[in-house]
Amino acid sequence: MTWVRRGGLSTLVFLLPLLLVFGFFSWAPIVQSVVMSFQRTNLIGPAEFVGLDNFAQVLSDPLLWTALRNTVWFALLALLFGYPVPLVAAVLISEVRHRKGLFSALAYLPVVIPPVVAVLLWKFFYDASPTGVFNTALGWVGLGPWQWLQDPGSAMPSLVLEATWAAAGGTVIIYLAALAGVPADLYEAAEIDGSGIWRKVWHVTLPRLRGVLLVTFILQIIGTAQVFLEPFLFTGGGPANSTTTLLLLIYDYAFANSLGGDYGAATALSIMLAAVLALFSAAYFRLTRSWSAS
Amino acid sequence: MNRGLVSPTEWATARTRLVLRTLQGLLLGGLLLTGLGPVLWLAKAAVTPTQDTLRTPIALFPNGVDLTNLVTAWTRVEIDKYFLNTVWLAAGSWAVQLVVATTAGYALAVLRPRYGSLVTGVVLATLFVPSIVLLVPLYLTVVDANLINTFWAVWLPAGASAFNVVLVQRFFAGLPREVFEAARVDGAGPFRVFWSVVLPLSRPIIGVVSVFAVVASWKDFLWPLLVLPDPAVQPLSVRLPALQRYVELDVFLAALAISSVIPIALFLVFQRLFLNGGALEGAVKG
Repeated sequence: MTWVRRGGLSTLVFLLPLLLVFGFFSWAPIVQSVVMSFQRTNLIGPAEFVGLDNFAQVLSDPLLWTALRNTVWFALLALLFGYPVPLVAAVLISEVRHRKGLFSALAYLPVVIPPVVAVLLWKFFYDASPTGVFNTALGWVGLGPWQWLQDPGSAMPSLVLEATWAAAGGTVIIYLAALAGVPADLYEAAEIDGSGIWRKVWHVTLPRLRGVLLVTFILQIIGTAQVFLEPFLFTGGGPANSTTTLLLLIYDYAFANSLGGDYGAATALSIMLAAVLALFSAAYFRLTRSWSAS
Repeated sequence: MNRGLVSPTEWATARTRLVLRTLQGLLLGGLLLTGLGPVLWLAKAAVTPTQDTLRTPIALFPNGVDLTNLVTAWTRVEIDKYFLNTVWLAAGSWAVQLVVATTAGYALAVLRPRYGSLVTGVVLATLFVPSIVLLVPLYLTVVDANLINTFWAVWLPAGASAFNVVLVQRFFAGLPREVFEAARVDGAGPFRVFWSVVLPLSRPIIGVVSVFAVVASWKDFLWPLLVLPDPAVQPLSVRLPALQRYVELDVFLAALAISSVIPIALFLVFQRLFLNGGALEGAVKG
């Protein structure tokens, strides 16, 4: 009773929404996911434990290795297209003297457009006919028409191009905040030592940004490993499975079959993916923790 | 003096200034083309007849403006209904997220029960779990609870955002405790302190959580696709890909434009919130 009088009960009342919502829609499903990966479930009969069968089934699926290769390819292309551009843009924007806000607002605008709208719009831009939007522009400089999404070789780079366009603005904003935090006296000290602009970028700016660069790198890996929207809406995994990613495969296992999904395989694959990504998350948290301590 | 990488003396040299200005000019051009370009193109295409958009996609109104696209999309294609669904989904997700985050933040940061750090720990742990792990079991939970084709299937899971809880908890922990003590001495119970002291002081963080909740809900695709199979309750994001198959191109592009208006308007109004990196920094330093 003293517990109640000291306010224990009202504290619990305040925590109730969190406990209920997280309990039902976060903690329980996480545990259930692990359990289900060892079970064979169809929604009719009771679930039975099958040991590592689901994992074995997923690992022996030739499509898994295609999906893994495609996901890694997507991640690599995304790093190639999307990693240096925001950094260069942010360094240039941070030196803008008037209307800096206009630059960052323009850079961020694609992030605000709903992703589904962006993909459907780009799908139209990618029209493979000579009068497609991009092919028209290519025609002006004597190139094209390109096949874009229709060709197994160019489908994935096309997806990555749109994904990079959609996400780069967010990274620019993060870099701008980090650049604003570089102390001016470091630059002054470098100037006294006779450094030009390039040397200052190399010896002051980049080392000061190392932490942020690592964080955006990790965030990008975690994000691209879970790419779903672009392959799902642009190509549905085609042509010839050239854009089937891991998440698309999980979705197909669980939801594409109208006769009832293979939930065991879907959870097994998502648990394996999550285990790998957890390593990256852990690294991310260690890094950011040490920042707020310093 | 507020300076960055390039020193005032370097700015004074003609060559440096020329190079920098040129690079920045190129960047501005590129940003206008890639950032504003698609938005303007979509706005134009929304009021252009299909034949013009197909034949000369990068021309300015060769055969005039056709405002009927927008009207057709809004009425005959029932974009109004899906728009309203999207608004409802966003509003409910916003409400649930706000209730969970503020009550939990208050309990954990102000009332501070002994088991508080345990709760915080278990909430934080969910940040490590990619959402894909939740997909199948969460779907089955929603099926079991008979929530399929109800907005609750989207609203309630939206509340389980560890990011919100951390953000609000940190803000509440930074509020001056003397204010709570004073209110308590005046005889205010924990509910009164929450409602009349903490919430009014928390407008900035509530604003941040609100804007991001609405924008995130507007963007959401996969989850509503799974739990709202009935077109009558689907939001724009889910309905648009399906519409593409049987709606004429000009009307479809008008529908895309209508779907983008609210997020872009929110961005223009709350620009500083999106761009000053404050909230992002909070996320990065979580």
